Amino acid sequence: MAYDVDNPAPVIEPPRARTSRTPRKFTPGNFEMHAWLFMRLSGIVLVVLVIGHLLIQLVLDGGVSKINFAFVAGRWASPFWMTWDLLMLWLAMLHGANGLRTVINDYAERDGTRFWLKMLLYTATVFTVLLGTLVIFTFDPNIR
Amino acid sequence: MPAGTLYRGREGMWSWVAHRVTGVLIFFFLFVHVLDTSLVRVSPEAYDDTVAVYKTPIVALLEYGLVAAILFHALNGLRVVAVDFWSKGTKYQRQMLWTVMGIWIVLMIGALYPVLGHAVSELFGS
Repeated sequence: MAYDVDNPAPVIEPPRARTSRTPRKFTPGNFEMHAWLFMRLSGIVLVVLVIGHLLIQLVLDGGVSKINFAFVAGRWASPFWMTWDLLMLWLAMLHGANGLRTVINDYAERDGTRFWLKMLLYTATVFTVLLGTLVIFTFDPNIR
Repeated sequence: MPAGTLYRGREGMWSWVAHRVTGVLIFFFLFVHVLDTSLVRVSPEAYDDTVAVYKTPIVALLEYGLVAAILFHALNGLRVVAVDFWSKGTKYQRQMLWTVMGIWIVLMIGALYPVLGHAVSELFGS
């Protein structure tokens, strides 16, 4: 059987045909790769933020004994420390939530258990991040 | 113990276990900590009364444990980053763990007085 102009050979699509969704320059990783990278990058930032936080709250100027409402009001009067605490809250919560997601995936073997544990985790994480953010932004030193 | 497996026992596995355990503990504390700090939005008294709990000797001891967990997780986390991104990371992972433990012990000794000093003076007089 010979092919000619009137009887062309069937065209077979190349196995990795480019589509509108094909990345142009690099192959983006999947979600797990981004999560892996996020853990390392956020971890490095958190080392600075959290150890700075521990130094201020627990070591300098009398340690934990000095902490009260007035101390919090003094620190959140500065946009710098508001930003510090906000960034620390978001990064630590997301870093911890992803870590616990990994732990749940590793040890909860039944599909239902794994699903509901992660739903509980995500609910608690969203609630805590939003609550903390709201408190930082709406803090009122003259509440009383 | 089966022979020839890569991750059974020794520094590599135990640092991984410790990283998990400290990570989960820190995360649970973080929930509590955001909640207690949120009391500044209720009233100064509600916040001050709750923070007073943090100043008791028993919680000071728990706080020292929290500092221990955070410092290990931070230092070992930097080691994990080095293992993943530094070309010689896997080769020196064991030496890096012992470096981490060395720095951790020094920092924990340094944290003794700032974190536990007030509890000791409260328990045994100034």
